[in-house]
Amino acid sequence: MNLLSNTVSLLGTLPKGTSGKLYAFDTIDPQMVDRLREMGFAEGLLIELLHQSPFGGDPIAVRVGSMTIALRRQQANLIKVQIV
Amino acid sequence: MTAASLVAVVGNPNCGKSALFNALTGLRQKVANYPGATVERRSGPLLDNANIELIDLPGAYSLTPRSPDEEVTCKVLTGTHEIEQKPHAILCVVDATNLAQHLRFVVELRDLGLPMVVALNMVDLATRERIAIDSKLLAEKLGVPVIETVAVRKKGLEDLKTAVFVALSNPLTKAMSFGNSIKQRQRVAQKIAADVTLSEGIGHKTTRILDNTLLNPILGPIILFSLLFTIFQAVFAWAEIPMEMLETAVGWLQDFFSSILHGGILLSFLNDGVLAGVGSVIVFLPQILILFFCILLLESTGYMARAAFLMDKLMASVGLNGRAFIPLLSSFACAIPGIMAARSIANEKDRLTTILIAPLMTCSARLPVYTVIIAAFIPNETVAGGFGLQGLVMFALYLAGIIAALAAAAILKRTVTEGPSDTFMLELPKYQSPNIRYILIGLYERANVFLKRAGTIILISAIILWALALYPTAPEGATRPDIAYSFVGIIGGWLEVIFTPIGFNWEISAALVPGMAAREVAISSLGTIYSLAGSEEMIEAGLVSVLNSAWSLPTALSFLTWFIFAPQCLSTIAVTRRETGGWKWPIFMVTYLFILAYIACFFVYQTASALL
Repeated sequence: MNLLSNTVSLLGTLPKGTSGKLYAFDTIDPQMVDRLREMGFAEGLLIELLHQSPFGGDPIAVRVGSMTIALRRQQANLIKVQIV
Repeated sequence: MTAASLVAVVGNPNCGKSALFNALTGLRQKVANYPGATVERRSGPLLDNANIELIDLPGAYSLTPRSPDEEVTCKVLTGTHEIEQKPHAILCVVDATNLAQHLRFVVELRDLGLPMVVALNMVDLATRERIAIDSKLLAEKLGVPVIETVAVRKKGLEDLKTAVFVALSNPLTKAMSFGNSIKQRQRVAQKIAADVTLSEGIGHKTTRILDNTLLNPILGPIILFSLLFTIFQAVFAWAEIPMEMLETAVGWLQDFFSSILHGGILLSFLNDGVLAGVGSVIVFLPQILILFFCILLLESTGYMARAAFLMDKLMASVGLNGRAFIPLLSSFACAIPGIMAARSIANEKDRLTTILIAPLMTCSARLPVYTVIIAAFIPNETVAGGFGLQGLVMFALYLAGIIAALAAAAILKRTVTEGPSDTFMLELPKYQSPNIRYILIGLYERANVFLKRAGTIILISAIILWALALYPTAPEGATRPDIAYSFVGIIGGWLEVIFTPIGFNWEISAALVPGMAAREVAISSLGTIYSLAGSEEMIEAGLVSVLNSAWSLPTALSFLTWFIFAPQCLSTIAVTRRETGGWKWPIFMVTYLFILAYIACFFVYQTASALL
């Protein structure tokens, strides 16, 4: 799995237009991860950073599977994305 | 009919649950509040079968509550709610275009062991997105019937009703456990969704195209701002003709009573009390309906979530998040639904802050006040850009309220409601063509509330004020108008001492008292006071010209400023007490707003007097 690690980034650090696959969740905040899962984030789903706020680029709007979810970059950083 | 069966309608937010509920119950739904709780209870009998009562539970993503709203859903479904009985069956609504996500909740609900019917909703959209779902296989996997529906077109409703009926008559449904953690349920849901989906679909093209424009870094904010501006212009322009018609009708009634009664106490009661009071408020129904129409339209299309997204940064700067924008926007119509909508905010401190600043959003009850004063003092001219000066002043008043609200939020979050704030996380639903039925039901409810208020609170205050304005009668050889000697004159005289520094005369001071009942009553009270105080010609010329000659411009500006912050109406205070669970916060709210209003009016009046 280490072979992949150089292409895995945190969602909150990515620029607009990046897409990839949801690789894993960070384990430091399990409660927030549960909330992210409830909103529709899940391992293996296609992710695309569609939009960002006109004011300072935060929050962002992310396509997850067939939904679009808006969240702030801080929470997005709990999501590891394998960029394709 | 205590033997009626209760069926809970549940689902994720944005699954079309409310549309389906509306289609299944029609206009016979009842909206009430759970006593002591902050959540609205919406229920109604199933069409064609009054023995089955549907209850529309707040949308939730899981049985782990994240807000007071979701807590009710969770408690009712698990049978632990204090008041609501455990439902006999669940009608779970699922968005066919977002199956994997919505199935996760279904899978969790199956664990409860209640009879259940799944409505696979929005199948028309799914077909358009070229998603094909095997609903028979889905029913097999879940162990409950699955009915394809299109709520907005009333498709599949008959099958759904039958399925609900059958489910109720077979109460022994086996619970099915699909896993204990959200991760496990997520896996199961994804697996089932993949198995029953025959073709994947191409996504919602229109949504992508629209979002590229509406969330564009430059166009997005411009469009949002223009939309809000257009709404306020529309409120003025479109309402003009129906308002004139209502005014004419009230005038006609007054003339009619005059012609058959030839003076006396009864005529005064009808014309100066009832018609002058209630009539001057009813006139604003068109404006209120137009404003609500616009808000419901934005909600119904899915744009509201985008507005929250665009506003998040601004809200974050005062310690709130984008979600607070939706209750605050509703507060433009009325603070009560706004304050109640704040319960979708999970964080207690954020929720409290939102409630405390909601009354600063100019509610539609203040429109009558603004309209009359603007018509009396601001010339009806067109200024640069083709905008009416009156509309522009109105916009400035709204803007002043917004700025005051943001400033208040920033201060509150650093002092009385200090604490960590919640993050922003919101699904941006697909755009939909507006659901006319949803909008019409919403408008019907608002009109109903408004007319009920006009028929009760406003009518009673108008009559009480009329009586207080008439008695005691003036002594022989009085030099001032009769009303100056009445109770209203006396109370106004006391209050005038407090209000003179901000330019209010005794007529205004007196009108502010019944204005506590409902803000628009202040205008009807002015109508009553001046019609009793003034000459016949003044009454015929209407309140606008009466005020124009009776008030100075600084007084008018001060009065407008007063209503930006306006001490709360009784209903707002009552709803704040209920939502915050005590008297502490409503008292705090009234006090801080009163002080704010007084300081602002003092500044405006003194500055304007010095300059003009």
